[in-house]
Amino acid sequence: MIDFEISAEDKVKVEEAHEIAQNLFRPISRYYDEHEHEDPMDLIDTMWKMRGKGFLTGLGITGALMVEELCWGDAGLYLASPGPGLGGAAVFAAGTQEQWGRFLARYGEGKPKWGAMAMTEPGCGSDTSAIQATAVRDGDYWVLNGEKIFVTMGRRALELSEGIIVVWATVDKSAGRAGMKSFVVEAGTPGMKVEKQEKKLGIKASDTVTVVFDNCRIPFNNILGKAEIKTKTEGFKGAMATFDVTRPLVAAQALGVTRAALDMLRDELTKRGIKVRYDVPRSKQTAIERDFMEMESNWRAAHLLVIRAMWQLQGGTPNALEASMAKAKAGRAATLITQRAVELMGPLGYSRKLLFEKFMRDAKINDIFEGTGQINTLVVARRLLGYSRDQLK
Amino acid sequence: MIGFSPSEEQNMIVNTVKQFATDVMRKKFRDCDEAGEIPAEIIDGAWELGLVASCIPEQLGGAGWEHSALTGTLLAEELAWGDLSMAMHILAPSLAILPIVEMGTEEQKKKYLPALCGNKFTAATAAFIEPLYDFDPNEFSTTAKRNSGYTLNGQKCYVPLAAGADFILVYAGEGEERQCFIVEKGTKGLEIGEREQNMGIKALATYELNLKDCKVPAENRLGGKKGSDFNRLANLSRVALASMAVGVARASFEFSRDYAKERHAFGEPIASRQAIAFMLADMAIEVDAARLLNWEAAWKLDRNEDATREACLAKSYADNMVMLVTDYGVQVMGGHGYVRDNPVELWFRNARGFTTFTGMAIV
Repeated sequence: MIDFEISAEDKVKVEEAHEIAQNLFRPISRYYDEHEHEDPMDLIDTMWKMRGKGFLTGLGITGALMVEELCWGDAGLYLASPGPGLGGAAVFAAGTQEQWGRFLARYGEGKPKWGAMAMTEPGCGSDTSAIQATAVRDGDYWVLNGEKIFVTMGRRALELSEGIIVVWATVDKSAGRAGMKSFVVEAGTPGMKVEKQEKKLGIKASDTVTVVFDNCRIPFNNILGKAEIKTKTEGFKGAMATFDVTRPLVAAQALGVTRAALDMLRDELTKRGIKVRYDVPRSKQTAIERDFMEMESNWRAAHLLVIRAMWQLQGGTPNALEASMAKAKAGRAATLITQRAVELMGPLGYSRKLLFEKFMRDAKINDIFEGTGQINTLVVARRLLGYSRDQLK
Repeated sequence: MIGFSPSEEQNMIVNTVKQFATDVMRKKFRDCDEAGEIPAEIIDGAWELGLVASCIPEQLGGAGWEHSALTGTLLAEELAWGDLSMAMHILAPSLAILPIVEMGTEEQKKKYLPALCGNKFTAATAAFIEPLYDFDPNEFSTTAKRNSGYTLNGQKCYVPLAAGADFILVYAGEGEERQCFIVEKGTKGLEIGEREQNMGIKALATYELNLKDCKVPAENRLGGKKGSDFNRLANLSRVALASMAVGVARASFEFSRDYAKERHAFGEPIASRQAIAFMLADMAIEVDAARLLNWEAAWKLDRNEDATREACLAKSYADNMVMLVTDYGVQVMGGHGYVRDNPVELWFRNARGFTTFTGMAIV
């Protein structure tokens, strides 16, 4: 059935997430934007306790809706909130039940913990097949070597807590993409070191670090998926399954920031006595009305694309195409809509007194991480055309 | 529960219409566009699918199906994928049927609906648009003044099938309200003008109407004393047109995608270049985005909730989307897109009309 009704259970969860966003995130939003590398300890403790009570422990549609609400509050603080994060999503998507227990159980007990994913390297970003980090088997162990950059929440996962990091490395450089595997490394493992902490344009409450692996030994069964190289792309495809979950989730983050800008814009317009008239013909619309409708419909369209991708995921339907569609659309929509909000608000938009400029800075990352808009468009195009990587580069 | 799969019944309808669109509409649509007319057998063939009169109550000769705007958007998309002129022609009787079924008095239903339940297509229509660049359905310049009945004055345009219809539902301003009036063929003061010549939808016969002191009896006010709900009718029309925009855009996307895989340049298919492939990806994303927005609006209308905001956003989004996508359709094909041997120029011309098309279809 085609239905847009959110279940009663989900409605309660979404409302709860919105209250947290409004009451806990927003009041400290600006502070942690201006104090980049500080840890919002009160918020961390509160979010951890909420997690213990089952808050935001699910993925799927419910997860996406809640993530959108939290990022409406503050995208950086959402990322800074403890939980398994993208590392957890990777374990969830590509790991065994035994691995779920071993790596994810910690996120329901003890002190706050974070999870991270390490993919990008100084020499490669979108082209994950060019990864240089290596994993070499040594009996019951894998030995990791290499350098990973732009690891979101890497510091808090590995230095502030007993979290995990999912690391992408090659087991056989000559095998190309097929040799690419992902591995779970636990905080405190010797040979793993957190280095440079990035200073960023936005989402400053989140940490982004470099992680260096120097003969870092991890148990053999920390590999996600199969160790052997079977077909040309099988191993890589397994790892790519992670994106089916994470791309719609990141798109949901984009939607939250976007809606924050839209809501605030609507409030400011209302203060000036301007109400958007949806049903007037274009020849009679003001420029602001025309812009606003374009912005709102783009946000909503992206929202529905995200929900559709999550609905497929929940139902076990392949969603790689739709996940990338959602991510490409949401990333671009977030970027353009938040920029327009700053423009429309003029001196108020550009000023750090209000949050419009922050939304614009925070939004931009969504068209970059978890696959740039261009990479996701490429994925969409290949799937639409039935083309391989070689046929459409 | 959130879901995105059409029901079994909806799938059946969609498949039937898709088949008809592929086998019948697509075979003739270029000829029809050039000739400016649609053969009766195509229209009658569509009529036999039984989709238009299906919502008329059984005791009046219809199928008595429960009306669903959502199902309507699904079938209108398929019809418009086949051809927009034909889709608007085929669905034109709905412009009168649906408002009467939903909002008409018992007498109006008995008087006007049985004639629209025959075996052959019977024209009926509505007059909505007015020939002004700043035409505003919130303030129709066509007026209805109450006396013993109603006196209508004003000008309308883009009235599909006006010359062949036994009656026309005329939208007019009645004081502060917007109401509909049933004007029968031959009513004094109703002048049907020459057939209009437009940039696109060339196979669809549309007309200008002049209403000069055109008097209709009081009982011809849709819904009688209670009147009708203009907002709902306008919204049902918005989702109908938005779904047609999705259909036209999808047609252009599919055609240019297939072309781009066939056409070689510099030794490989042009689709294997990002410059082309990215346009195709954007087209597909935008088509889906517009469809989902529109489904949400139609779904809300089926729950009898006010969906003005959703329907306006969906319509406005679809208006922009269809222009972008059909433009890309022509662009992907280059010179071959510009010549009338290929259909993308036709879809491009039809697409430009959607910002003008208001009240010209309803589901």
